[in-house]
Amino acid sequence: MAIDLPTVWAGIIAFAVLAYVVLDGFDLGVGILFPFFPERHDRDVMTNSIAPVWDGNETWLVLGGGGLMAVFPVVYATVLPALYMPIILMLLALVFRGVAFEFRHRTIRGSIWWDVGFWLGSTIAAFCQGIALGALVQGITIVDNAYAGDWWEWLTPFSLVTGCAVTVGYALLGATWLNLKTAGELQATARRLAMISGAATVVLIGVVSLWSPFIDAVYFERWFQWPTAFFSAFVPMLLAVCVFALWHGLTTDKHLQPFLAALGLFVLSFVGVGISFYPYMVPGALTIAEAAAPESSMVFLLVGASVLIPVILIYTGYAYWVFRGKIDPEEGYH
Amino acid sequence: MDFGLTAELLARIQFAFTISFHFIFPAFSIGTASYLAVLNGLWLWKRDPAYLKLFEYWKTIFAVTFGMGVVSGIVMSYQFGTNWSVFSQRAGAVIGPLMGYEVLTAFFLEAGFLGIALFGRKRVGDTLHMVAVAVVAIGTLISATWIISVNSWMHTPQGFSIDGSGNFVPEDWWAIVFNPSFPYRLVHTVLAAFLTTAFAVGAVGAWHLLRDRSNRQAQIMFSMAMWMAAIVTPLQIFAGDQHGLNTLEYQPAKIAAMEGHYEGHPEGAPLILFGIPNEAEQRMDYAVQIPKLGSLILEHDLNAPMRGLDAFPEADRPPVMIPFFAFRIMVGIGFAMLGVGLWSLWSRYRKTLFTNSWLHRAALVMGPSGFVAVLAGWFTTEVGRQPFTVYGLMRTSESLSPVDAPAVGASLVAFVVVYFVVFGAGVFYLFRLFRRPPVLDDDHELDKGPTRAAGIMPGPAQEDSIREGADRGH
Repeated sequence: MAIDLPTVWAGIIAFAVLAYVVLDGFDLGVGILFPFFPERHDRDVMTNSIAPVWDGNETWLVLGGGGLMAVFPVVYATVLPALYMPIILMLLALVFRGVAFEFRHRTIRGSIWWDVGFWLGSTIAAFCQGIALGALVQGITIVDNAYAGDWWEWLTPFSLVTGCAVTVGYALLGATWLNLKTAGELQATARRLAMISGAATVVLIGVVSLWSPFIDAVYFERWFQWPTAFFSAFVPMLLAVCVFALWHGLTTDKHLQPFLAALGLFVLSFVGVGISFYPYMVPGALTIAEAAAPESSMVFLLVGASVLIPVILIYTGYAYWVFRGKIDPEEGYH
Repeated sequence: MDFGLTAELLARIQFAFTISFHFIFPAFSIGTASYLAVLNGLWLWKRDPAYLKLFEYWKTIFAVTFGMGVVSGIVMSYQFGTNWSVFSQRAGAVIGPLMGYEVLTAFFLEAGFLGIALFGRKRVGDTLHMVAVAVVAIGTLISATWIISVNSWMHTPQGFSIDGSGNFVPEDWWAIVFNPSFPYRLVHTVLAAFLTTAFAVGAVGAWHLLRDRSNRQAQIMFSMAMWMAAIVTPLQIFAGDQHGLNTLEYQPAKIAAMEGHYEGHPEGAPLILFGIPNEAEQRMDYAVQIPKLGSLILEHDLNAPMRGLDAFPEADRPPVMIPFFAFRIMVGIGFAMLGVGLWSLWSRYRKTLFTNSWLHRAALVMGPSGFVAVLAGWFTTEVGRQPFTVYGLMRTSESLSPVDAPAVGASLVAFVVVYFVVFGAGVFYLFRLFRRPPVLDDDHELDKGPTRAAGIMPGPAQEDSIREGADRGH
């Protein structure tokens, strides 16, 4: 594995996407869980818990897209047309969700509609992201560096299953986040939901993991042949650790541990996808090296990114720290 | 069923539609973020509760518009790939890194400190809170800088080579970022954003002054807005003139379209005040014009020759209709703004700034003018760039994704429906917020609805509390 500029950039983009998935994952998850909390007061607490941070979370999605265009323009220009419908649908869902959450505070009569919008927007965005992942795993028809498939190519049983997996996984992230940030009855419900969505997530990770090696011979080799299988085997082993930590944390009323364990599940699944993909950006079609932009683009942006991304992580961490602790539902009424 | 709606035309309409909606929000939030920083600074300096009240008042409005700007901006960042993938592939190596820098230096900064600026005063204290508010304002300006750089490069490209596959390869980043039209466009756009906010704030102030002349908060916002109008409008007219000279140098066909000159004028061009462009016959019908003035404005010389559209190959000419009218709307609004600014100076001198109802009515009418002018300016410059995406080098028709017209059409319809529902509701809620008077003795905190972020108040969820609040204002 040569450490050259394209590989470094593939790592940075992968990091941005992972940061997006886990961060916006939990705030999308809060939206996905809205129907389980019919009380307006509970929903207010839930949105309060993400109000100061959702905007920063979503910015990672823009970095992923913008970064891809900057340093892997061919990937950006082939994957997006290939996923035209799920991407457009995801964007529209994010529009709805982003404003619903501001607007539901501005009205009393109309707030139920914005709650529905928040729930639907969060759920559809999550589902579309899962579909995009599945479509990428199963491969995209590319001829002469341009998308050459039809516009339903993304729609397969496999991509629908990955869509469900991501949605349920985000619900788990949301539930463990609420377990961390809330107290009382709300927290108890969140804990129950975390248990259910946790079990479902584990099952779906299993289904996707067992299914994908049979989609492409390369994946099969990666996972089941010596010597790569030796390293790949760490992923399921660590996943088992996270599953135990999640279960243990929820049954012994830990607040932070279940959230960290859920994050761990996502990180490991993401690493698993990365193991399958490498050295491809688009499996079977474009490798990291083939897709890379001219060196001048990669160097120019890397100079800034290597300084700015650590700084961003520091002040983002600070912003989370400022709003640390449980949401006190009473505090604001004094 | 074919209405001549090709995938290209649909994609162009979709882009124009989504970016027009998007552009409104940053145009407003750039100015508002700076306004909030000034208000918060004045509060910390003078400890006058009126400024704190105004900060809280505009903070809520800012939060609503910022949310709409963020989500419509995410759409933009992916639309280059979905609808203009060939453009993204060929120009991505040049414009992508600039947009990457926008995300790294601006979006994260704004988003990271927005939560603290909106909800964190009690948690971090006044000083750090002021820092957060200022950082958000600076972030909006940094963001404008990068995106204007990208856009300007598409108008006046330089600093690159073109490889064997037709891709743009960056050679000199200094030249790319500081391309020839960038400084003019940046100044013109940022001033436009400040003016947009000034006239919006002025209109809200005027509205509340018309209802209650003694409302001190309304007086302050009206006065501040009118200072802005009086000082910045002349600067903006000067900046616009300079921008025009730059465009004449680098994009003469665009100037010909804006000015409505189908034919060249070797001995000094007139200024066409009004007319109906006749694209079929390539002439200006019903033209009302002042001889030689066009050359005087653009070349600062009465007899300077001006090229018309006939000097350019037919395939390279921009359409005239939209740039011609949009330009006149923008300039017209600019002079109306100047008029209001000067009128406010006169009223200030006469000590009638807060009692002159006619001035207040005029300011109220001018409330949305900044938004209209910004969009008109945008249409002038972007339609004037046609038929190119990268001026002179890459055509719009060559930039399109390999996506079928029905897919683009369906997504266009979806965007139109969702945007009108979502942003229609947003504008409705904004007007409700505007209608609420900025009064100090706002003791109805309990009516204000749910908390946001652990104990910090959001703006009110009004419905019923509005009228009470309004009545108490008197």
